[in-house]
Amino acid sequence: MRRAYNLRHVVSTSPPWSRYDRLGRLLLENRLMLEIRRLNVSIGGRKILDDCSLTVEDGEVAAIMGPNGAGKSTLAYVIAGRKDYRVESGEVILNGVDLLALEPDERAARGLFLAFQYPIEIPGVATMTFLKATLNAQRKQRGEAELSTPDFMRRVKGAAERLGIKPDMLKRALNVGFSGGEKKRMDILQMALLEPTFCILDETDSGLDIDALRVVADGVNTLRAPHRGFLVITHYQRLLDYIVPDRVHVMAEGRIVKSGGKELALELEKSGYRNYLTDPDQAVA
Amino acid sequence: MRSALPMVEAPGAAEIEALRPDFSHPGALAQRLVLVDGVFAPELSSAMPEGVRVRSLASVLNEGRADLIALLAPANADGADPILSLNAALMQDGVVIEVAPGARSDDPINLVYASTPGGPSARFSRSLIVVGAGASIRLAESLHVRAARADETFSGLQNFNCLQNFNCLIASVGEGATFNHTTRMTGGEPGGVRVESLIASIGAGAQFDSFALVTGAGLIRRQIFMRFQGPGAKSALRGVSLLRGREHADTTLVVEHAAPDCSGRQLFKYILDEEATGVFQGKIVVDPLAQKTDARMLSKALLLSDTAAMNNKPELEIFADDVACGHGATSGGLDADQLFYLQTRGLPFAQAEALLLEAFAGELIDGLGDENLAEVCRSEVRAWLSRRAPPGVHS
Ligand SMILES: Nc1ncnc2c1ncn2[C@@H]1O[C@H](COP(=O)(O)OP(=O)(O)OP(=O)(O)O)[C@@H](O)[C@H]1O
Ligand SMILES: [Mg+2]
Repeated sequence: MRRAYNLRHVVSTSPPWSRYDRLGRLLLENRLMLEIRRLNVSIGGRKILDDCSLTVEDGEVAAIMGPNGAGKSTLAYVIAGRKDYRVESGEVILNGVDLLALEPDERAARGLFLAFQYPIEIPGVATMTFLKATLNAQRKQRGEAELSTPDFMRRVKGAAERLGIKPDMLKRALNVGFSGGEKKRMDILQMALLEPTFCILDETDSGLDIDALRVVADGVNTLRAPHRGFLVITHYQRLLDYIVPDRVHVMAEGRIVKSGGKELALELEKSGYRNYLTDPDQAVA
Repeated sequence: MRSALPMVEAPGAAEIEALRPDFSHPGALAQRLVLVDGVFAPELSSAMPEGVRVRSLASVLNEGRADLIALLAPANADGADPILSLNAALMQDGVVIEVAPGARSDDPINLVYASTPGGPSARFSRSLIVVGAGASIRLAESLHVRAARADETFSGLQNFNCLQNFNCLIASVGEGATFNHTTRMTGGEPGGVRVESLIASIGAGAQFDSFALVTGAGLIRRQIFMRFQGPGAKSALRGVSLLRGREHADTTLVVEHAAPDCSGRQLFKYILDEEATGVFQGKIVVDPLAQKTDARMLSKALLLSDTAAMNNKPELEIFADDVACGHGATSGGLDADQLFYLQTRGLPFAQAEALLLEAFAGELIDGLGDENLAEVCRSEVRAWLSRRAPPGVHS
């Protein structure tokens, strides 16, 4: 079903076909989820992403590590569709769909989810009201029927319990007055409920205590599936002990400068990012 | 201000009778007092709670009760304000509500302003509520919007829309009393003018709260003159105005602290779309003997288009030295980060916007303490939001 959808989309919306030779092959094998090609992004005239390229395959967990200010959050925001960045050139393709042409909510409806580095407080909007609105909005976009209230309640309660979110938090305004860790859990709760096909986690581990880290990692691990990809942005090897990545990418100065297996994270833990900032020959863009 | 239209004639018995179906169905407001074209209509009104006595303004003036007549012409506002002078000169009638000391009612007394169909015209009313010591009462003002009847032509309805309402309510809140006032200045009168004045004097240890929901008229002015008369009183004045088109709504406040130890809070919110204009002018006056005054005034405006405008004029006149006073005003668009966050969760832009706007207005509605009224207000806000132009027109 999905394969047919992907191919149709590539053919109908993204000519010329020849540019997609390699993508086409991956798609036919149903392996490619996210493809970022030579993305150049600036804000206020300052270049932040510099010819950034990255691919994540179906079912893969990819980690991005990199120094402060490297552009990790910017990449996440641009994939999700934040407006204040200027995309000068490049492409972001998810499941064969050109994301850059879509509104953030349309991207979400196509299965994208971003867990924010700093989840936003929404005063006056009850968490439950919000969860129901988002779930039904996405279902509507996909042509599915709205959830019945009991069905919705059952799903929320189940997911909240697994993530150690107390019922009284669900009654409060979204994220308002939540501790840093509580906000992160709330984002993961949304991820669990929305069942996206591609999840970006921007430093979801920062601000979490050790127990919460395990709970959140479990939340992610239970979602790991052949047709679901993850892009996990983190500064710490510790998270990757719990969410073991298939690939690790190093981002510096607005681009991916090195990619490798999970052992790359351990190496970074020892040697830091100095190499990647000073020696351009290391770059594997 | 635009010119005042000719005054409407006092309603005849047949015209009042014609309104009866609107007030005799099971869903009609209980505990209601109906003014038709500014004239009290006991025929359309219903029973009051225990300890509440109601007469028409005309009969009170005829009786010549000096105490009530003195309250009807309050020194702190009349004479100083042209709108009140106009109202004093042209008032047709109104109600005088006396709440006995200690009387209580959790359900509101509904003061309803109805109009008869006819050509463009103005109506003026003046009402008084005297809340006895220790009493606890709610008063809810609203505009009665008649449903179109089969026998009314379209042009008749249009005329019905060209109304001018100049209503004045005077409240005297006794010692230790609780008076909760709300007004819904809502109802479709695109060409209409509504001017509401509320003059309140608050006794020692009393609590006076007022909330206004304002939508849908060409020109609206709401003015409140309030005086803390005795020590230890508390008050919260709040309002939400939703404006679009070329609508104009003005809130003018004068809060006078004439006694020590009183606490006053004022918070007024505006949502302004298209070419609408909001005005907030609030003045806090602290008399020399009003030490330990705690006074705070704030207006917050959300501008949804480049052509909407908000004008703020806060003023403080403080003659006492041991007080905490502050005022502030914010205006701007919706928070881009919040909108983006909601969109990433799958809410289309228009829906994300509506959710945030509802929350902005809802903050004040949630605190009303009357769940029926809160629900009415919420649905009016939703109805207003649902009539917004589709996204992309302004964004
Ligand atoms: N809205 C903005 N306005 C101006 N500069 C910005 C803006 N957003 C990001 N930047 C700049 O872009 C660069 C990349 O920021 P980004 O937040 O993407 O880094 P990061 O890799 O996520 O860092 P960290 O590890 O600290 O989270 C930084 O130098 C930052 O100051
Ligand atoms: Mg970041």
